[in-house]
Amino acid sequence: MKASHAKAIEVTDLTVAYQETPVLWDIDLDVPPGVLLAIVGPNGAGKTTLIKAILGLVRPAAGNVLIYNKPYEAQRRIVGYVPQRGSVDWDFPTNVLDVVMMGRYGSLGWIRRPGKRDRALAMQALEKVGMENYTTRQISQLSGGQQQRVFLARALVQDATIYLMDEPFQGVDATTERAIVTLLQELRENGKTVVVVHHDLQTVTDYFDWVTLLNIRRIASGPVEDTFTSDNLRETYGGRIAFIKNR
Amino acid sequence: MQYLSFLIQNYYTLIIVAIGAALLGAVSGALGTYAVLRRQSLLGDAISHAALPGIAFAFILTGSKTSLILILGAAIAGWIGTLIILSIVRLTRIKYDSALALVLSTFFGFGLVLLTFIQRSGNANQAGLDTFIFGQAATLLKRDVLTIGILGGVALIIVLILWKELKLLVFDEGFAASIGFPTRTLDILLTSLLVIAIVLGLQAVGAVLMSAMIVAPAVAARQWTNRLNLMVILAAGFGAFAGVSGTIISSSATRIPTGPMIILCATFCVGISIAFAPKRGLIWDGIRQRRNKRNLKLPTGKLI
Repeated sequence: MKASHAKAIEVTDLTVAYQETPVLWDIDLDVPPGVLLAIVGPNGAGKTTLIKAILGLVRPAAGNVLIYNKPYEAQRRIVGYVPQRGSVDWDFPTNVLDVVMMGRYGSLGWIRRPGKRDRALAMQALEKVGMENYTTRQISQLSGGQQQRVFLARALVQDATIYLMDEPFQGVDATTERAIVTLLQELRENGKTVVVVHHDLQTVTDYFDWVTLLNIRRIASGPVEDTFTSDNLRETYGGRIAFIKNR
Repeated sequence: MQYLSFLIQNYYTLIIVAIGAALLGAVSGALGTYAVLRRQSLLGDAISHAALPGIAFAFILTGSKTSLILILGAAIAGWIGTLIILSIVRLTRIKYDSALALVLSTFFGFGLVLLTFIQRSGNANQAGLDTFIFGQAATLLKRDVLTIGILGGVALIIVLILWKELKLLVFDEGFAASIGFPTRTLDILLTSLLVIAIVLGLQAVGAVLMSAMIVAPAVAARQWTNRLNLMVILAAGFGAFAGVSGTIISSSATRIPTGPMIILCATFCVGISIAFAPKRGLIWDGIRQRRNKRNLKLPTGKLI
């Protein structure tokens, strides 16, 4: 009874405001374990903020977030995070392998440096994203898609149960997008929960099995087939949308 | 015989001063790397200018010119300046660069007022306080060098111990926070280390130009390497080189202030690095571009 109804992520009454303007208003969201969930909504809908609030990176004005019934602070080790690619300076003096090993820093804790095992895990992750031949490449010399793969590899070495990804498809070519989707679906098949901020409405039904429609408020959340309806989309995007779902 | 002892005496002083300048160059170069990578180069400028009233206050309160006391005053004022900048940005709609300029000039002006006040007060002990504006490495005493060595050494050891944490903070603060590192605390620590590096150099380099000692060695070092550890080491090396050569040049001729000379030496490193460094240097860039152009031209030429 308990185990089967455990929620991977449970957000209740979450409100986040920057200065006076609310960015997220009274969000309730349950994410069951083992789904591949897309968070969809227009620009400024609060998608990134929602991810950051779940990770405790922004302080909510009200509300509560639980990861498997415990606060995030107690569950860090089972949550992996892929920030927006554009959130870091890719001219930072370091190479691919080094960035991926940063995913091990959490389990290493303070002061201890990564060792052989961490290096091996990082190599495995790089193989999974097809970047094993780029280990010593300076990160400024990567294409957008390669940068994204490096960030994914860094999250993979966290060996998490829940993954939160902020626009992993942003600015990648079709081949990389395919590869990333395959990877995400693999994660789900291994029982992981994957939450993805997503922009491309055309691919939601193909890639994801669960969707949350967000525009400051939570418009709808549930399995794609019930939730990703034109009514809900119109409500989310305020009727400004030319996308018609006909299947 | 008298001449010989004069020479030895001078030589000894020069050695002390050069060691001091090398140490402060190395410390500011190493910590400047983090400031440059975080795009906080100008924060160093604000801190060094903001430190001036701290020096004056420390002297007014204690009447002492001991470097440790003055450094403490400088550090506190530098810190207060930084806090005010950050609060202005957080609490008002004023942008970062405006807040920086505002605090920098206000604190520096206030420092000048205090220094003038001290000079007119007739306190005989005050002579030499104005070296903190443009710097005079020749005034470094053995105990000053010791202070620089100990405080700078502690700062560098902290950087070494927290190497991985600081690297992650600078590269990806959000990710660092998500895996549980207290980024706010680490941020304050890193800024404090920067404050230490800056106030250590004030006496030799001066408040006006100290920020160049933070920025220039790091910028030069970045040209030569794509690895953080090498960049920190190279920046420390460039800083030490600039410190020593600037001191020696300025002491070989009369009336050349050391601070500006040290900065010119640091700028020399930057110039050389921007021009000649492999991969990132301008000259190699030019050669590479020309080569690419030639390689591309041939096939198109045939087509036409």
